[in-house]
Amino acid sequence: MARYLALRLAILAGTLFAASVVIFLALEVIPGDAAAFMLGLNAQPDTVAALRAELGLDQPALWRYLGWIGGALQGDFGLSYTYKVPVAELIGDRLWVSLPLTLYALALSTAIALPVGILAAARRGGPADITVMGATQLGIAVPNFWFAMMLVALFAISLRWFSAGGFPGWADPLAALKALTLPAVALALPQASILARVMRSALIECLGEDYIRTARAKGLTRGQALRRHALRNALIPVLTILGMQFSFLIAGAIIIENVFFLPGLGRLVFQGITQRDLMVVKNVALLLVFAVTLVTFLVDLAYAAADPRLRTRR
Amino acid sequence: MTDAAANSPVTAMPPKQRSMWGDVWRSYRRHPGAMAGTAVFLLILLAVVFGPYIHTVDPGKLDIRAKNITMSLDHPMGTDNLGRDMLAQVLAGGRTSLAVGITAMLLSMLVGAAVGILAGYFRRIDGALMRVTDLFLALPLLPLLLVITMLFRDTLRAAIGPESGIFVLIVFIIGITSWMNTARIVRGEVLTLKEREFVLAARSIGTRNHRILTRHILPNVLSPIMVSATLGIANAIITESALSFLGLGFPSDFPTWGRLLFDGANFMTLTPSRVIWPGLAISLTVLSVNFMGDGLRDALDPRIRGR
Repeated sequence: MARYLALRLAILAGTLFAASVVIFLALEVIPGDAAAFMLGLNAQPDTVAALRAELGLDQPALWRYLGWIGGALQGDFGLSYTYKVPVAELIGDRLWVSLPLTLYALALSTAIALPVGILAAARRGGPADITVMGATQLGIAVPNFWFAMMLVALFAISLRWFSAGGFPGWADPLAALKALTLPAVALALPQASILARVMRSALIECLGEDYIRTARAKGLTRGQALRRHALRNALIPVLTILGMQFSFLIAGAIIIENVFFLPGLGRLVFQGITQRDLMVVKNVALLLVFAVTLVTFLVDLAYAAADPRLRTRR
Repeated sequence: MTDAAANSPVTAMPPKQRSMWGDVWRSYRRHPGAMAGTAVFLLILLAVVFGPYIHTVDPGKLDIRAKNITMSLDHPMGTDNLGRDMLAQVLAGGRTSLAVGITAMLLSMLVGAAVGILAGYFRRIDGALMRVTDLFLALPLLPLLLVITMLFRDTLRAAIGPESGIFVLIVFIIGITSWMNTARIVRGEVLTLKEREFVLAARSIGTRNHRILTRHILPNVLSPIMVSATLGIANAIITESALSFLGLGFPSDFPTWGRLLFDGANFMTLTPSRVIWPGLAISLTVLSVNFMGDGLRDALDPRIRGR
């Protein structure tokens, strides 16, 4: 286990290092340079020179990279150019919207997908299965931002049950949760569809295993064999997909937060991109990579804890 | 004994030649979802290609007197706030969206298949290529796509014209960020293929690597590539529409389905038709392509085929 853990940690560190280099290089190859880019076309030469000095662009690239990573490791992400406040502060504020939204969507998608997937697998080929397979195909095909707009049209504009967007803050937790409900549903739809299909196929595969036949032979009913033996084994691939969905949710949040005008990380990075605020963009991108790789790492660990065979392999 | 053998169903098999692709087609044809998907996709393709010759309204023609119509005989899908005909725009937008989807898919397949085949066949570069694949899978791609679009949009538009510049850029960024799953699937397939007897036989008579790859490996990994290709089209269409929806895709005088959604979002209460039709077009296309992919996978998988 220790060796496995060390290997996973090395991969985690390697991925983070490589990703930070990719992000750094992507912003380095801008035509002109970062200062000229951030100030736009009609900038005065002396303004550009001042910003270049402020950003430290006159130093060599390796030095700047080390400075950036060194700062980030200590929680110093530099100053946002448009907001004139530390990027760390912006991220801290926005995290209070994005993190609950992601968890809300993840909880919704799991709560819908697992029972539905189990039902479809247990009644394989029946009307319930066919309905689930059709509905999940639809859930995958519909773009989530369009689904979000349809939700707004129905529940906010026609029925007036929810507000069409905005976030009231956590002072009133119920109002905050209500504001996050439509976005979470929109985010969860494609994920729930994928997860339900994975759950179904994993369970069907497990139901075909020899140990299920043994369990049936010793007198368990189909339902008992499914609950006691197949389900536990089928949950392993579901766990992996759940971990992967975290990164999809983060990416999807950029669009959904824009549809609902939620002040989250996705909207922050999008605004950073349109306002050419490279300090915000590169640091939020790094943070997102960190979050995604960390979750992948944790899923790998959970996976190894659940399946001892994985620890010795490789 | 001999009589029984002569009358057994094995010898009574029809002498007709059966090719693998014939089998695949027969099995594909029996898949109701796949046939429905194919029919809908062909319908959309025909509508988008030939539609503008039948519905001959110029998608860019402004007619302020006929603005914000939800539905009428002249404008079956209504008009936008500048009086442009929505049906004409959806048809024109479909041309771009499908063109982007198909070209980006081709690029992604090319990269994915190349990486997968090389990684699976040459053990020496396998580790490095797979690390790169894992890295790409770990990156949050949408922010990265947005950053790349923003960084290179102006340069490319200046270099090769506004429309072709943005087309090349979008196809390129979708292509280079969606090849990873294909690469992984193809690599796994190649890993098992290269241990098979016919590859060993080819090697034992002195066949060179590039010839083994093109004559023996490539034809055998075509089926997983085809399945990922259908998924690739769906993914590329959704990604393009997401980029356009965020306002970072095509300019508004050059409609795509995502761009139409972006422009229509603010008029959702006034003319819901502006949002409903392009969204339906995206969903139907993706749905039909996914059904085709499902049917193709079932038809190509010999374990499911014939059951």
